[in-house]
Amino acid sequence: MAENREFFYRRLHSLLGVIPIGIFLIQHLVVNHFAVYGEESFNKAAMFMHDLPFRILLETFIIFLPILFHAILGVYIVFVARNNTSRYGFFRNWMFYLQRITGVITLIFIVWHVWETRVQIGLGNVELDYSLMETILANPFMFWFYLIGVVSTTFHFANGLWSFLVTWGITVSPRSQKIATYATLIVFIGVTYIGVRALIKFAYGI
Amino acid sequence: MADKTISLIITRQDSPDSTPYEETFNVRYRENMNIISALMEIQRNPVNANGEKTAPVAWESNCLEEVCGACSMVINGTPRQACSTLVDKLEQPIRLAPMATFPVMRDLAIDRSRMFDSLKKVKAWIPIDGTHDLGPGPRMPEKKRQWAYELSKCMTCGVCLEACPNVNSKSEFIGPAPLSQVRLFNSHPTGEMNKGERLTALMEDGGLAGCGNSQNCVQVCPKGIPLTTSIAALNRETSLQSFKNFFGSDYAY
Repeated sequence: MAENREFFYRRLHSLLGVIPIGIFLIQHLVVNHFAVYGEESFNKAAMFMHDLPFRILLETFIIFLPILFHAILGVYIVFVARNNTSRYGFFRNWMFYLQRITGVITLIFIVWHVWETRVQIGLGNVELDYSLMETILANPFMFWFYLIGVVSTTFHFANGLWSFLVTWGITVSPRSQKIATYATLIVFIGVTYIGVRALIKFAYGI
Repeated sequence: MADKTISLIITRQDSPDSTPYEETFNVRYRENMNIISALMEIQRNPVNANGEKTAPVAWESNCLEEVCGACSMVINGTPRQACSTLVDKLEQPIRLAPMATFPVMRDLAIDRSRMFDSLKKVKAWIPIDGTHDLGPGPRMPEKKRQWAYELSKCMTCGVCLEACPNVNSKSEFIGPAPLSQVRLFNSHPTGEMNKGERLTALMEDGGLAGCGNSQNCVQVCPKGIPLTTSIAALNRETSLQSFKNFFGSDYAY
């Protein structure tokens, strides 16, 4: 393997987390949110996404490959860190640690979620509609699994957005980084609401 | 004054490969004692708390005024300089341990060569040698000098590397200190002439990309160097430099 690719791979890892994965995450959760407006509304939105032209290409290049790359390098990044929050309990060090914890949780969640939905739909075992998610989330264990999965994903996205801004040299000064902390906190709350609200609708019909 | 003693629990290691162990020492208290003077006391009378004669504890120190970085060690869980750590301000017993991110040579003495190797790697110097007298270099604005002086305070003490979760045996990351030195030398009006070389060195494996933004370094730096600001600024500069390196540029320096 060529030498000195770390810089390129790490920058690509950071970029892919936001574009396209972060964009896809928001789009996915917003489409899910149609569930709140009723079963029909969700089915219509899901069908619209399903019937997009070049869907397989879109899925491959905007979703599967970027997530695969981000996940593989991400696991490596988790592995090379020696977390030390017990000795250095600073806020950013906790965020650093949580970014790695939520990364692993998110990976486990995504693997299960893709297997249970996209793969099963692909195999023709289940239909893509409101009742699919309703059935899955009616199980309280799965509801909590999805809840933890979604919150972990949105945290990983929002905090990743913060480090994306540092990694690409957009927020340099301490003040700009502090403002970015608050801005990404708002992103976290907003995106989490969009996602969790739909989960509650699927699980409890409210 | 009555004979007051202080107690030190020291993590010792007899050779680079041997297993570390703890040994307790009781030292007679004197006013205004620092960790170095406590260690000197042990050196003078190497008897542990059980009254057994033992080998004196080894440590490194030079300047005794927190500018050389040699006496860095982990004191009550915090990596800092032994010379500027006053006994009066510490909880008892005082626990001393080597900064184990670095290879331990003996007891509290560690080998910080990796930091000096990193400075060579990132070309942390200003090349001024020529075949003839090049004359004086460009002037530096006073404000900039004052700002750069803060970065120049780095004494390669290694505290930032000790605190960094990404500096460890599993990782090649060179750590925050040498990164910030690139910012220092790239800001110098003469050093700036070789800016691209240093940035390119930073983009090699183990360089800037190893930073995971835990920002422990800036919290623990005894000199208050804005390490994370340097890192973010270098992130910006290497973003541009990587485009130049990849696509080419008519500014070929």
